Amino acid sequence: MIYYLCFVLFLIGLYGVTCKKNIVKIILGLCIMEYSVNLFLILLGYRKNGIPPIINKGMEINEFYNKAVDPLPQALVLTSIVIGLGILSLMVAIAIRLYQRYGTFDITEMKKLKG
Amino acid sequence: MVNLPLFIIIPLGVAFFIPMVSRKFKWVPDILGNLTTFILLLLSLMTLNREYVYHIGGWRAPFGIVLVLDGLSCLLLIIINLISFMATLFSIEYIEKRFTSKLRYYSLFLLMVGGMNGTVLSGDLFNLFVFMEIASIASYALVGFGCGSSELEASFKYLVMGNVGSLFILYAIALIYGKTGSLNIADVARILKEIPYDNLIGFVFVLILTGFMIKAALVPFHSWLPDAHPSAPAPISAMLSGVVIKAIGVYVIIRIVYNLFGFNQIISNLIVYMGVISMIIGVTLALLQWDLKRLLAYSSISQIGYVFIGIGLGSPFGILGGLFHLFNHSLFKSLLFLDSGSIEYQTGTRDLNKMGLLYKKMPITSFSTLCGALSISGIPPFNGFWSKLIIILAAIKSGRPIVGLWIVIGSILGLSLFTKVLRYSIYGKGEKFEKEKWENLKEVPETMCIPLIILSILCIFTGLLLIGMENGIFGPVIDVLNGGVLKYINKIIGV
Repeated sequence: MIYYLCFVLFLIGLYGVTCKKNIVKIILGLCIMEYSVNLFLILLGYRKNGIPPIINKGMEINEFYNKAVDPLPQALVLTSIVIGLGILSLMVAIAIRLYQRYGTFDITEMKKLKG
Repeated sequence: MVNLPLFIIIPLGVAFFIPMVSRKFKWVPDILGNLTTFILLLLSLMTLNREYVYHIGGWRAPFGIVLVLDGLSCLLLIIINLISFMATLFSIEYIEKRFTSKLRYYSLFLLMVGGMNGTVLSGDLFNLFVFMEIASIASYALVGFGCGSSELEASFKYLVMGNVGSLFILYAIALIYGKTGSLNIADVARILKEIPYDNLIGFVFVLILTGFMIKAALVPFHSWLPDAHPSAPAPISAMLSGVVIKAIGVYVIIRIVYNLFGFNQIISNLIVYMGVISMIIGVTLALLQWDLKRLLAYSSISQIGYVFIGIGLGSPFGILGGLFHLFNHSLFKSLLFLDSGSIEYQTGTRDLNKMGLLYKKMPITSFSTLCGALSISGIPPFNGFWSKLIIILAAIKSGRPIVGLWIVIGSILGLSLFTKVLRYSIYGKGEKFEKEKWENLKEVPETMCIPLIILSILCIFTGLLLIGMENGIFGPVIDVLNGGVLKYINKIIGV
């Protein structure tokens, strides 16, 4: 069920990117899409009453296997957050420059490229 | 034995090293940039006809990260590093005159090359995504390098489209991990073969294919390309059109279709018809353009259509045609973009109407434009003819003569397109031809001529690569793809 809610969040972001005309709202839409994917990855590794995936001394290997959460999605999410930060900063920088050139955030007013 | 991580470490390392040392010495970025791409070109030529799996940190395949060198990666590595060497050679003079910050330019350029080398070598889905993002972010920044209003607009458009594509891919990778519990391409392929097909796998396939088709600019997803490619500096346009859309778009689609999900009739139909649509629409829109670089960008969309038709046919002959056309397209399209750069460098315009009679003033540029135009429109001794011929024959052989007919129509339209370019810019003159400006034109400097000459010679003679194709560069590639999923799994996991 919760996975479907993640997908709904993804679609909300996609709606924001495709239907909004303000550059800032488009950027927000992309952020929502990215967060929904990150959330989905984290949920894949989630386990109720889980323990951190570190073997302590005196811990049964079977008990560890049954209880520990999956550490790989967390590593993936860290990487994907860093990539998202890079893209977000580039996007905001370009948006500021666009505002300086055109004096507006409206994407329909920027139409030097056509054809 | 070539050490595979070098392909990723050298460009990434030099990309961070250049800004550190070149504040004091102005000549450092040129030397370092050209030296790096030259070394990479030599290294990639050394990988010819070898197969090798590198385990990072010594961890075995399903658990650790692997770098895989096979025929397909080898072909792509040679294309990437050859074109990037030509582009850096061209940019010495070009960037000096038209743009300001050389060190940022070379830094971003090498990041892009490193990202693409990583993409074609990676044997792991998530690493493939990370390297693809490195290459994409560098290319978003390079498209907006001029910082004019139209460049920024194109860059923003490219960024939004590309980022949506990347998020589709990331979502698909997350779903694959949830379904199979593995990220290694060979391991995922093995598990997908064992579990029964369900709708989730179909959904994942559609997501991942959509994401990479946005990157490869096939027709329903092409709208960023005709803005982004003309706005970039000319060597970057050559890289984007010649290499980037292939390394992070077409290559990955070939890999996931043939080595991850397995090839079947439905996928074949899908890819072939997408290819036909994008070939016809691309060339039709290109005929309407008067901006030289924009025209070339639309023509890229149509040429990627040919590659997809060849790949989608699925027979060894079709794969040979598709990959040979991919190789040829990277040569002649980067040649034509560099030509458009040197024309813009001297005349200061990209409008075909304002050019004319360039053959008298710029003989080398004109000759290489002629070579590029003849090979892209498929005139016999040039390389484009052979690859188009192979694709048409393969289409007829595999029982799709109508597709072959469409390719012939597309080629005729392409020929008329490049007749228009030659007529207005080189041998005739446009309507708003400026006589006084034309009197003062000169040929471009030598460092810009060398890549043009080398690429023209390659355009004439690469048709010879087909002789002895069983042992040459294309033999191993067809082996990799024809062996399908099973062979790939065996090689990497090594049952």
